[in-house]
Amino acid sequence: MGGFRLLRYLIRRIVQAVPVVLGVVVLNFLLLQLAPGDAATVLAGEAGGAPVEYVEQLRERFGLNKPIAVQLALYVKNILALDLGYSFRNASPVLPLILDRLWATLLLMGTTLVLSVGGGILLGLLAAVWVRTWKDHLISVAAIVAYATPLFWVGLMLILVFSIKLDWLPTSGMEDAAAFYEGWARVADIAKHLVLPAITLSLFYIALYVRLMRATMLEQRGLDYVTTARAKGLSERQITMRHVVRNSLLPVVTIAGVQIGGLLGGSVVVESVFAWPGLGQLAFQALFARDLNLLLGIFFISSCLVVLVNIVIDVIYLMLDPRIRVG
Amino acid sequence: MRGFWRRFLTNPRVALSLLWLAFVVVLALGAHVLSPGTPFAIVSKPFSPVLGDFLFGTDSLGRSVAAGLVHGARTSLLISILATLAAVAFGTLVGSIAGFYGGLIDDVLMRVTEFFQTIPSFIFAIVLVAILAPSGVSLVIAIATVSWPPIARIVRGEVLALRNREFVQAAIVAGQSDMAILVGQVLPNALSPLIVTGSLLVANAILIESALSFLGLGAPNLMSWGFQIGAGRAFLRDAWWLVTIPGIAILLTVLSINIAGEGLNDALNPRLRDL
Repeated sequence: MGGFRLLRYLIRRIVQAVPVVLGVVVLNFLLLQLAPGDAATVLAGEAGGAPVEYVEQLRERFGLNKPIAVQLALYVKNILALDLGYSFRNASPVLPLILDRLWATLLLMGTTLVLSVGGGILLGLLAAVWVRTWKDHLISVAAIVAYATPLFWVGLMLILVFSIKLDWLPTSGMEDAAAFYEGWARVADIAKHLVLPAITLSLFYIALYVRLMRATMLEQRGLDYVTTARAKGLSERQITMRHVVRNSLLPVVTIAGVQIGGLLGGSVVVESVFAWPGLGQLAFQALFARDLNLLLGIFFISSCLVVLVNIVIDVIYLMLDPRIRVG
Repeated sequence: MRGFWRRFLTNPRVALSLLWLAFVVVLALGAHVLSPGTPFAIVSKPFSPVLGDFLFGTDSLGRSVAAGLVHGARTSLLISILATLAAVAFGTLVGSIAGFYGGLIDDVLMRVTEFFQTIPSFIFAIVLVAILAPSGVSLVIAIATVSWPPIARIVRGEVLALRNREFVQAAIVAGQSDMAILVGQVLPNALSPLIVTGSLLVANAILIESALSFLGLGAPNLMSWGFQIGAGRAFLRDAWWLVTIPGIAILLTVLSINIAGEGLNDALNPRLRDL
């Protein structure tokens, strides 16, 4: 596929994403209307902390004495200019506060995505190859149990076993702040802190992908092209690896894309369990401080993130499967 | 119908799950008899261990963990079931209108549904509860708001498939109103996937409710499993049972609902079973 067509596809996907982003802004505006008090007091961080002049200034800027349609237009204008307001609780504008935490969340999400898609595909493949043996049952039962386990509880149980009882891994944070590691030592330290949160967040998704991968592989095995491959004398191993697995990857990638939003939601819980300094923990702190404006900013940025990651996954998908043509 | 019950109940996994669910329902219904008074009452010294004076010990304030579990069962089930009913009602409305009328209405409604599936739903639920102020009602609203899209899509699919069948066409020719056709002809035939998805949604609702309560967004005067875990997490090192036991309750309940839901699916669609 030519680079030009890919670019055109990208532009079309970005244009398609605009209504979603606008929708989130409008949703945020509606949520502000739902909150007790007028929007200015909410934006200023509800339970006080903001000077009266600032609240007045906010009323002016958001046109709170004007008709609701004008208010909406002003709000959309401000947000799209990435003016997410000021957090008095943190004595900082909202946007840098969020961007500051973004990369920790991206690290956790990226690791989880790789771990869960990789682990899910591998275990699902094995379960399908060993179908109806005790190994298949073991994998399937483990997947059903993991699918039903609350994330935060898994996290706490892992801390109980691996940090408190065995003392192998740190309980919380992203790095040992007192140690002042640099270079590779710092990378190793962060990796060590990453293990438990990433496993916690992955378990549910591994379970999801294992079940999907297993089901798809079993379904594919009955199709005609497999019979053809068998008829021309390929070994079962070759059939599985060369044909069945490749065709079974696509549903997993699709669902992985759909699950990005869920992954971000899960990271709120996991980050608050492990004190991982990302968006989720920021949301947790905003929740405690009743800093609704910060919370709305996080919701907006994380929605944008979901849209963005979805576009990236669509492009990967396109590269994985030559059968999908871009129009 | 007898075939259905036989297929459903003779599956040992399903039978076991139903047994656990029945137990939880009995706990929930009988909470005030089994453990009279409020579960927030201080009954003993803090941190008394499991199988001591109290079956599951006491927490950091000396509240009985077992009493909390019993009352938590009521909160979890009530909130999850109400939220699911609301989600099913709303999703069915959206899905059947979209599928039945098609065209522009369908396009708009499905875009909205996709929108709600794209945004990070748990964060949306957090924002909703935070803005509505934590209470049982806002939990139900938040969980229902993030749960209805799959229902809408399934109902739309079923309605689309049924819409052109002869019996629906006959009803149109006979002059029945749209409403009568939808409620009387189409939806009863779309019931089985709706029941299966609805039952799985209850499990999901329990997970969301417990996560919200864990984060401190639960109803302030209702004991719940997630709240117990959230309150006990600071004492993980010294009192493992505060976190472990309510978590097992959530796990078993969600697991049982999932297994029963899948069993329901197998029993309702016996031909698909061997796939």
